[in-house]
Amino acid sequence: MSCDRADTVLHGYFDNELDPVGATEFERHLERCSECVDALDALNSLHLSMNLAQLYEKAPAPFRKKVLASLGASRPLAIFQAGITWRWLAATAAILICVYLGAQLVSYHRAGTYQTVLAAEIIDAHLRSLQPGHLVDVVSTDQHTVKPWFNGKLDFSPPVQDFADQGFPLQGGRIDVIHGHSVAALVYGRGKHFVNVFIWPTDEKDVAPRSGSQQGYQWIEWGKAGMEFCVVSDAAPSTLEQLHNLLTGN
Amino acid sequence: MLDSQDQVRFELLVLPHLDAAFNLARWLLRSRADAEDAGQEAMLRAYRFFHGFRGGDVRAWLLQIVRNTCFTWMEKNRRVKDMIEFDEELHGPSDPNPEVLAIAADSRGQLTHALESLPPRYREVIVLRDLEGCSYKDIATITSIPIGTVMSTLSRARRQLQLALRDPAREEADHEL
Repeated sequence: MSCDRADTVLHGYFDNELDPVGATEFERHLERCSECVDALDALNSLHLSMNLAQLYEKAPAPFRKKVLASLGASRPLAIFQAGITWRWLAATAAILICVYLGAQLVSYHRAGTYQTVLAAEIIDAHLRSLQPGHLVDVVSTDQHTVKPWFNGKLDFSPPVQDFADQGFPLQGGRIDVIHGHSVAALVYGRGKHFVNVFIWPTDEKDVAPRSGSQQGYQWIEWGKAGMEFCVVSDAAPSTLEQLHNLLTGN
Repeated sequence: MLDSQDQVRFELLVLPHLDAAFNLARWLLRSRADAEDAGQEAMLRAYRFFHGFRGGDVRAWLLQIVRNTCFTWMEKNRRVKDMIEFDEELHGPSDPNPEVLAIAADSRGQLTHALESLPPRYREVIVLRDLEGCSYKDIATITSIPIGTVMSTLSRARRQLQLALRDPAREEADHEL
């Protein structure tokens, strides 16, 4: 007696890769198949123990340095090998720097590119937070514990609210870095998913919500009362919208 | 060669995935030192090919290069290993030396040992999904497995990992590509 779904669909369900119809159908199957329930438990505990064991190995600093150095070396700087005088070198360096800064300025000022870069950073931060031990620095479902925790750690005070009654229990908070600035990150749970809410101060006026998705992660970003907010998760876009509405008080 | 705009794009888009590149190489090659060498080779290759990158998921694009570099690396090393048969016979692959026993004592060691005992094609899907959080679509792109079989490959890989954890002695027997 072996259920063939335990070897196939179960994994798609566990990995959140089934379409909504397939997922609902499998959930109905779970109600009457104890074998799949056990297999799902086993899969959960395997995943958990892999997370706890912190198997992910980040690039060591010396390796990072070596890579950066080798990329620098392969830049098209043939002029350096031609034995040109230092004056020419200095002029060339100045031009290169201008071109480099110019290109960077152009890419930062084109809203689209900026958005993409920011979204990529936000998603990276979200993924980082899912690494074992990185999700929250202050573990609490109590907004009155989480909010004061940020005091003295940031030069602004992020709004903190628990939405457990609306299906988004607060899990805690931490400090993260986006675009070189320290930002507040609040973590909400939603079923098996986690939602990160990044908050940082901004000079811009209220900004209408913009959303997007990348690598299977969705994000919604908006500005309100001098704060910029960005929610990100692998949960469904409608789930993010709910949280967006809760946070904006709609 | 990249012009300065591509250079900036490379630094903004590709370099943030250096951790992902190293992690995949480390688990595929089962060695940090080899992962550093192959990882560097892969990054240089990515740098050279970057002008051909036309949008899409940059992490999947980079990991595909890392993955292919590592498989070429493994093939090269296997050939070398085949030439020194004596060594293998002398040391015997499943000799449980004290060092192996010591690391198996904690769960990280056990998991590492179990994961490293899987064939590379199983190891890579587990690393990509369970450590890196890649979607099935990305896994298909990176590993060239047809998207329809990503799920069943993952299923077999995870089953074998569970078996290796339950019964560390068996895993050597299951070793296959």
